[in-house]
Amino acid sequence: MSSIAAPDQINPGIDDVIADAKRHQHGNDPVSDQTMVINMGPQHPSTHGVLRLVLEIDGETVVSLAPDIGYLHTGIEKTCEAKFYQQVVPLTDRIDYLSPMTNNTAYALAVEKLLELEIPEKAQWLRVLFNELMRLNSHLVWLGTHAMDIGALTVFLYCFREREQLLRIFEAVSGQRMMTSYIRIGGVSLEPPLGLYDSIRAFLLDFPSKIDEYESLLQNNPIWINRLKGIGYISPEDAIALGVTGPPLRAAGIDFDLRRDMPYSSYEKFQFNVPVSNDSDVWARYVLRMQEMRESVKICLQALDGMPEGRIVADAPKIILPDREQMKTQMESLIHHFKIVTEGFAVPAGEATSSVEAAHGMMNYYVVSDGTSKPYRVHMRNADFANLQALETMCRGRLLADVVAVIGSIDIVLGAIDR
Amino acid sequence: MAAAILDTQAVFDAFPDEPALKALAELATAAKFDRDELTITVARENIIAACEAVKKAGYNFFEDVTAVDWYPSEPRFQISYSILSFSLKRRMRLVVRLMSEEASLDSITSVWPAANFYEREVFDLFGVHFNGHPNLRRIMMPEDWKGHPLRKDYPVEGYR
Repeated sequence: MSSIAAPDQINPGIDDVIADAKRHQHGNDPVSDQTMVINMGPQHPSTHGVLRLVLEIDGETVVSLAPDIGYLHTGIEKTCEAKFYQQVVPLTDRIDYLSPMTNNTAYALAVEKLLELEIPEKAQWLRVLFNELMRLNSHLVWLGTHAMDIGALTVFLYCFREREQLLRIFEAVSGQRMMTSYIRIGGVSLEPPLGLYDSIRAFLLDFPSKIDEYESLLQNNPIWINRLKGIGYISPEDAIALGVTGPPLRAAGIDFDLRRDMPYSSYEKFQFNVPVSNDSDVWARYVLRMQEMRESVKICLQALDGMPEGRIVADAPKIILPDREQMKTQMESLIHHFKIVTEGFAVPAGEATSSVEAAHGMMNYYVVSDGTSKPYRVHMRNADFANLQALETMCRGRLLADVVAVIGSIDIVLGAIDR
Repeated sequence: MAAAILDTQAVFDAFPDEPALKALAELATAAKFDRDELTITVARENIIAACEAVKKAGYNFFEDVTAVDWYPSEPRFQISYSILSFSLKRRMRLVVRLMSEEASLDSITSVWPAANFYEREVFDLFGVHFNGHPNLRRIMMPEDWKGHPLRKDYPVEGYR
């Protein structure tokens, strides 16, 4: 390592925006008609985590906007390469920490594709059930923080009241409130405890009235309406070109939902509507997510009503850990347990992409195997990363205060953006 | 799950109507159909032409681009583009293989602006250059970071 670089060399060209703007600036006159560069975040309350936005503003109008990411840098993809396949599952929780089970599912689907593993029906239905509960969990945090950004604190408290019930359900099924790791390669980790279905059902039957409650707080509120309507427009063509997925894509009028169009985990057996809007503004995204929550409740109730009987893991003794009871009586099971824990299991060489519809949009896992028991490469594609690219298109020409509303509407989780 | 078809000619024979294969009949250097996924390899100088061809063929949505480092074998880098079709409800993978001494290829941001962040990520973490990228800077690591962490010869721990 050479000696410490001079301060102006540490971050050469920290942003083209700054360089551009400095060229335009005449001295430091704050009241000149030239543009000014300001940093929003990483500590700004509306940048949800450690997002830094370099904004060039003319008065209060946004001229350009450049997101600066990379503050977390978990090194998660590199870490995956040093773990056994099953040890990656808890890492995937940390990516999008508001919907960990969706991450687990996406990763498990990719590895199961490589293994060509058949998953029992009950495990698939449990995955659907908990994926949808995760969507509720994620949307509740979105609604609460989005409303708080705009200034409606009550909604935040109400949303977290309902989220607490969801966290209790996750805790009951997996032992963890946030980093659940419930979904495993080959199925799910545990049979849901007695009475859990009843408490989920009680929550689901009560929840639509809570959505009504949020809507009664927001929908007729003139401040909320004025701050959201007509803000953050993106055309459908731009949305596709910039790789936007999830609610912002469907709010731009594109009727595409992986759960319906490219079903996984037996989603094809469920009846639900995909809300679509043509307004493509912050308001449309808000309304769309509220409708999505109601659809998720429907899917969860169907999953509870038709939950099949049977095993919760695939019948593959060399991949799936045996029951505790079996281990005590059968030597074979003990050997399999020992081998899976100490050596992992080999996955046939090849590459596989899995894709699920997470709360924020399309979530892909690209897993490359070289035939050993550790993944050669794991790549995660999260909706947030691409949606963030569209932020400039949505904000350019709008007011600085609108940026806050737009960030809320694309629903960013920084853990999902960083690598 | 369909059986894997690894021979290029066999893939073209098995799916005569697949729009991506039709579009890339001239450009493809290899193709495989493995685990229900279609992978087409093209030469590095043809990547923009290949992207434009599949886009015209209905694969309209760019999902992501990432790299795999096959160190120490050559060609070292495998650049994988994942492309989805909203109308066909299918995805395909475009692959470019790069030798380690010429780890650069053309940026496809002119075809899909969405590739902007993803190409920066590959550049940052693998050190693969994208010619014609509008703003090829590090995106995850600090600007003055030495090395490219996702390369296989980058140490997992300790000092370099």
